[in-house]
Amino acid sequence: MFYATLLWEYMKNYAKTRLTYRADFWLEVLSDLMFQGLNLIFILIVFQHTPTLGGWSEAEVVFVYGFFMVPYGIFTTFFNLWNFSERYIVKGEMDRVLTRPAHNLYQILLENIDPPSLIGSAVGLVIMGLSWSQLGLPFEVLDLVMLLVFVIGAVMIYAGLYTALTAISFYSDAPTGILPLMYNIQGYGRYPINIYNKAIRFLLTWLLPFAFVGVIPASYFLGRNEDGLSTLALYTPLVGAIVLVIGLTIWNRGIKRYRGAGS
Amino acid sequence: MLSAYMDLIRIRFIMMLAYRVNYYSGILIYTLNIGAYYFLWQAIYNNQTELGGFTLAQMTTYVAVSWMARAFYFNNLDREIANEIRDGSVAIQFIRPYSYLMVKMMQGFGEGIFRLVLFMAPGMVLACLLFPVSLPTDPGTWALYLVMLAFSFLINSQINMLTGLFAFFVENNEGMLRMKRVLVDLFTGVVVPISLFPGWLEVLMKWLPFQAITYLPSSVFTGRTTGVDAWHVLLLQAIWFLVLIVPILWVWRKARTRLFVQGG
Repeated sequence: MFYATLLWEYMKNYAKTRLTYRADFWLEVLSDLMFQGLNLIFILIVFQHTPTLGGWSEAEVVFVYGFFMVPYGIFTTFFNLWNFSERYIVKGEMDRVLTRPAHNLYQILLENIDPPSLIGSAVGLVIMGLSWSQLGLPFEVLDLVMLLVFVIGAVMIYAGLYTALTAISFYSDAPTGILPLMYNIQGYGRYPINIYNKAIRFLLTWLLPFAFVGVIPASYFLGRNEDGLSTLALYTPLVGAIVLVIGLTIWNRGIKRYRGAGS
Repeated sequence: MLSAYMDLIRIRFIMMLAYRVNYYSGILIYTLNIGAYYFLWQAIYNNQTELGGFTLAQMTTYVAVSWMARAFYFNNLDREIANEIRDGSVAIQFIRPYSYLMVKMMQGFGEGIFRLVLFMAPGMVLACLLFPVSLPTDPGTWALYLVMLAFSFLINSQINMLTGLFAFFVENNEGMLRMKRVLVDLFTGVVVPISLFPGWLEVLMKWLPFQAITYLPSSVFTGRTTGVDAWHVLLLQAIWFLVLIVPILWVWRKARTRLFVQGG
């Protein structure tokens, strides 16, 4: 309950600060959408030169992309820690956060909340809907439930992985620069996983499970069961829970090493 | 004066050297990028022998060289400039007896040398071991490519500076910076060679500087562009380098009269 009121208060604060820079707000929404659009352009360009990608049609790959956008939008709304090391560790703002009763990670996430990213999720849903009817897939109520389950699982995977990566700042004081690189890798979870070789497939499925935020859960709806993909989809929430627990553990251990910035 | 700039290069190089461990992970991740695109292209080629003038073997080399060139020319000058404008430290730079723009370029250059020696070179070796990359045998091509690489760095840095300087005009240009990054990766041809773009976009690209950063030099290196055409690429790069100086100086001149520091 305490945490819910905090969320509400931070949201109100966010709205107030953003309303001072209205033009900026729309600029950000626009650039966010273009950012997503550019990735879609890649898919469209590729399919001008080949009818299928590893046996997947254009509509199917676009569907996977639409699904990919939904958890991604939710994740970026609540997780904006790209400059965590600079702002909270080098400048010592972590001191302020740690003196308060709410869990430190929760506070930091809310301080950097970014609701406009949710528009990306909405666009993702529209893309999914369009390719859904284009592919003539049957629609059941169960699909909605599964969509919700998969999206929650995928958001947990993102949150766990990026929490762990951000927590590296506690162990090493150098800026790691690893986050923007990770950004590229997560994109590979959008493509049919069977086109990669064993090593990359293993990496994307089990080590950095980005296949679970894109192609694997999406294959459940598409009914594609090569290599047991759509069966694997059912494990999405489980993988999410495991990754999240690992991420939080690394974070909580890291926070104990925090000693504050000198001066 | 020159020695001051030399020192800036040296300082940035040493600063980067302090963080060299981070770049080991960078090499691995770039190799992974090359791997992912290698398989992606294999799936796209399927049974076709040629796409957009590239054979699969050439495409593999193109992907590896382009990513490793990116490892060299990439820098965060745009973000650095935007941050210095936003927190007001640019005001201090104004009163110093050197050119701020030159300082940024030199810092970028120091970072570039570091990236060339400790990131691009070992990364390229690793990529050659893992993937069927075929390097040119003609030493002339290598020499020409190295000169082109220097221009890639200059043009990319110029575009970064121009984007960073826009922080003078908008309060929060985070979104713009993020968009620029994706735009540059797509338009330079790192992700898809420009010859595969749909016709109208391909024509548009001919009139923009991005192709001179990766697509054209990599085409020379893979042996797709040869002879006189290769020299034309170099000429085009030089022209873009000179042309881009104009808007940068113009924005810089305009910007100085309207600096206001937020909070500061």
